[in-house]
Amino acid sequence: MLGMTQNIAKKHIRPKEGFFKRTFGPLLQAFREGDAWTRLSAIIMGLGNLRRGQIIKGLLMLAFEVGFFLFHIFFGWQYLKDFGTLGTVSQRRVWDEAVQIYRRVPGDNSMLILLFSVLTLATIIPFVLIWAANMKSALKVQKQAEAGVKPNTFIQDLKTLLDERFHITLLTMPMISLAAFTVLPIIFMVLIAFTNFDKTHQPPGSLFTWVGMTNVTDVFWGDALKSRTFFGILGWTLIWAVFATFTNYILGMILAMMINKKGIRLKKMWRTIFVITIAVPQFVSLLLVSKMFTDTGVVNVLLQQWGLTDGPIPFLTDPTLARILVIVVNLWVGIPYTMLMTTGILMNIPADLYESASIDGAGPVRQFFSITLPYMLFVTTPQMITTFVGNINNFNVIYLLTTGGPLTLDYYQAGKTDLLVTWLYKLTVNEQNYSLASTIGIFIFLIVSSLSLLVYNLTGSVKKEDQFQ
Amino acid sequence: MKIGIKARNRISNTAIYIILTVLSLIWLLPIAWLVMTSLRAEPGAYTTYIIPKGWTISNYTKLFTNTELFNFPRWFANTLLVAILSCIITTMLTLMVAYTYSRLRFKSRKGFMNMSLVLGMFPGFMSMIAIYHFMKLLGLDQSLAALVMVYSGGAALKYYVAKGFFDTIPKSLDEAACIDGATRNDIFFKIILPNSMPIVTYTAIEAFIAPWVDFIFVSVIMKDNYQNYTVALGLYKMLERENIYNYFTQFCAGAVLVALPITLLFIKIQKFYVGGVVGGAVKG
Repeated sequence: MLGMTQNIAKKHIRPKEGFFKRTFGPLLQAFREGDAWTRLSAIIMGLGNLRRGQIIKGLLMLAFEVGFFLFHIFFGWQYLKDFGTLGTVSQRRVWDEAVQIYRRVPGDNSMLILLFSVLTLATIIPFVLIWAANMKSALKVQKQAEAGVKPNTFIQDLKTLLDERFHITLLTMPMISLAAFTVLPIIFMVLIAFTNFDKTHQPPGSLFTWVGMTNVTDVFWGDALKSRTFFGILGWTLIWAVFATFTNYILGMILAMMINKKGIRLKKMWRTIFVITIAVPQFVSLLLVSKMFTDTGVVNVLLQQWGLTDGPIPFLTDPTLARILVIVVNLWVGIPYTMLMTTGILMNIPADLYESASIDGAGPVRQFFSITLPYMLFVTTPQMITTFVGNINNFNVIYLLTTGGPLTLDYYQAGKTDLLVTWLYKLTVNEQNYSLASTIGIFIFLIVSSLSLLVYNLTGSVKKEDQFQ
Repeated sequence: MKIGIKARNRISNTAIYIILTVLSLIWLLPIAWLVMTSLRAEPGAYTTYIIPKGWTISNYTKLFTNTELFNFPRWFANTLLVAILSCIITTMLTLMVAYTYSRLRFKSRKGFMNMSLVLGMFPGFMSMIAIYHFMKLLGLDQSLAALVMVYSGGAALKYYVAKGFFDTIPKSLDEAACIDGATRNDIFFKIILPNSMPIVTYTAIEAFIAPWVDFIFVSVIMKDNYQNYTVALGLYKMLERENIYNYFTQFCAGAVLVALPITLLFIKIQKFYVGGVVGGAVKG
């Protein structure tokens, strides 16, 4: 409550400025109110700080600027100049007169050109940020000098990194790792979606180049086989996600209710039994289960021994049976998760609701549909959508059970139980068709992000996270 | 009436006990089969019976002595090393990010959090190709160092659970310390962290488990460098068509050796899943 009042009070004092003004206001101010030293800092970074006696800080900024330009001139430019074409000279064989053999002469490497171009362009962002900080800092020390205040020494500046500016200290390492392992790769792969980087265009042997929207149109209508595969897999992915999410949700909740029921003993033991199955790594349990369902696997052998079937049931080779099998086996994987996660929430449902319902003569089934389910849906909808998104990308269950099979000639490099994400995996690892794989990746992103936007709007708690404390 | 309710209750309880017992059997059967197969004397992947005819522990000993084709001890050591290193790095990065977003207020905080949200929506596997070529340039492809970086590189996006925990620690603690002249650095190390040992454990265990159970990233990074495989990928290879007859029982033995510590660790952190603290944990 106190936090909220403070928050409101803060809002009254400092009305929210527009994005433009917040970002560029201080910079304009630096040019308007700055003296010659401050303005010159725009070209020679750190000059303002050097002038006011912040020698180390000024030198660091200057060194950063020099390093940035040296990097661009001596390293970045050689790749950036080919960014538009991704290379023009492919690797070729040249007759070497001296030794009388054909010699392989390396050409341009499209991969490196794209990778280093992205890297070089990306360095502009930190440069602009530090340049802006340099301008603000120059104006600040100028004002301090005018007011006769001694500017911070370097040691004092360092100390603020442990207090007022502690967030910079803490975030630097995580953000560098995020940039290197997530942001740059994603930018790179998004760009790949607009090239023809596939098996026949593999650097360093041959070049690949920009092809515009070809991959996107191929997937939609341009290439009959690819678009049939895409829409077929998309349809199955959504069917799978709906079934996997809802069957697990309802059945897991019923399991949790059975264990939670008053009068049932050994609650902890029951829970542990089911938890063990989550804890066993999926590549172990699912591989094992998939071996149980092959034509010569334990299940088929036993069914035939007991005389229930004459031949083996094609669990993994018949498309419909395989699809049913993955959904059923996914129950085995998912029910314990739902059980664990709903246990706590179920116990929070007010007991008097059930009491008055049973006085009114409502049976357990009626109670489930009129009390438990509505309450749970209300509390767990956002979480369910997250699970839904997780199922769209549920690589393990599909790949380990069926490897996406049974394979079919109707599809381009995919099988009948493949999800978009397992198709993406196959296209990269088996086919090296990186451009198509990236296109699929972008579509997965679009589906997931629109669903997540829905969650974001549904959960007030996300918006109010600031005031929660 | 009273007796009626009691009797009905007893019947429904009995029914529940029966259902729970049957379900427990279904859920435990594959695991029991795994353990029994790991102790089976006869080779082969497919038997016409469940309970082995002969018992042996040679499947376990062979894993460590017969290392020509499948170097299990080496893979185990690789995985342990990668798991420990990536656990340390991931835990540090995750807690730093979580504390910053939970406790510190600065201009671009919301922007950073929204960016993390968007980045998390790309399929994690998509960036692997770029990372692989990047590692190749650095001369780190097919190395364990690359694997550590891959597993801990995304740590800055996995802060939600830890941030949720930090959010529940009363802010008055910080304020009191601040009045006493503590810097934010002091508050982090001397107040927040000591009060957050459960979440430190949780983050560390989650990070430690990841390399043991992943085989997607490792298969892209390692390709055919058998010496640097982790247990997950190595065991996966044992089930390929040409090996499965001879190595199926050894696969089971290896799987038990991996699953045992993972199971114990998971049971330790299961309370975080209760009550939906870990939203959307069912991810591949």
